[in-house]
Amino acid sequence: MNRYFVPLGSFVLLAIVLAIGIRHSPDKGLIQSPLIGKPAPSFALPDLTAPGREVQASQFSGRWYVFNVWGTWCAECRAEHPALVAIAKSGVIPLVGLDWKDDDGDARRWLSELGDPYVEVAADRDGRAAIDWGVYGAPETFLVNDRGVIVHKQIGAMTAEIWQRDFLPLLPRRAGS
Amino acid sequence: MNPRRGLSLLLAVLCGLVVGSGARAIDPAELPDPTMQARYEELIHEFRCMQCQNEALADSPVSLAGDLRREIRELLLAGKSDAQIRDFLVARYGEFILFRPRFSLRNAWLWLGPGLLLAFGAWVGWRVLRERESLLASDPDSLEDEVPRP
Repeated sequence: MNRYFVPLGSFVLLAIVLAIGIRHSPDKGLIQSPLIGKPAPSFALPDLTAPGREVQASQFSGRWYVFNVWGTWCAECRAEHPALVAIAKSGVIPLVGLDWKDDDGDARRWLSELGDPYVEVAADRDGRAAIDWGVYGAPETFLVNDRGVIVHKQIGAMTAEIWQRDFLPLLPRRAGS
Repeated sequence: MNPRRGLSLLLAVLCGLVVGSGARAIDPAELPDPTMQARYEELIHEFRCMQCQNEALADSPVSLAGDLRREIRELLLAGKSDAQIRDFLVARYGEFILFRPRFSLRNAWLWLGPGLLLAFGAWVGWRVLRERESLLASDPDSLEDEVPRP
């Protein structure tokens, strides 16, 4: 009995380590944000659609909202845009956009051509707000609750499936109110 | 000089130029204080470029890496310590941004595992040796006697 203990024990240990590795392999490229469960970073940035105005994080306090980071230079953002428009149309929750390191003119043209799903779009021209939000590749989509805490983060394009699977179940009944 | 040698020499020189220029030219300006500049250069080698992931901030041409280098320069100029700068980046991007991970409960097994495995191996080896020795000692006739003498 004792003779088999060491090889069998090592085998089981190795199998456990490898099983953990295999289970985690699909999200190998994705990095869990340390900001989940933390207060959403504050910002005060120029309003993309109304020059001279400012968009501030405090405007949304007490409400659930989706914070979507995009840019016209980002191909995946174009791919996810119809999904965002559909979410906005459903009226479940307001979408706030962060136009990341973009040309304001290009961004406004993008919204007028593809539709504007956002209640507000902040222009993060120098990328500082994106750093505060721990953004490392657009598109990224955050879900912020009514206490201003980041509840969930989606890295990569939003789709109707992802919205229904990962976001909707987290929302309270009447998030949009 | 034959043309092939000439070509390879030219290529070698060009490669040298590429390597040489990459070492310095990634940032537009230097920090005013040389010790601060040295700290800066040390720091940007410690952090991962989150977009390219196996490149340091120091070597990456990606725009986010440039933004993060700017952020680090500004924090240095604001008088922040190296530890504060590390905390600033870890708070936003997580431990993953550090090329040299910190010791924590979650990764303790990675730090201690190899040492424990080595100790375990040494213990097994020692047991095997001791067992063999005691077997030899308890053997009534010595091995040498069994070897036929020439």
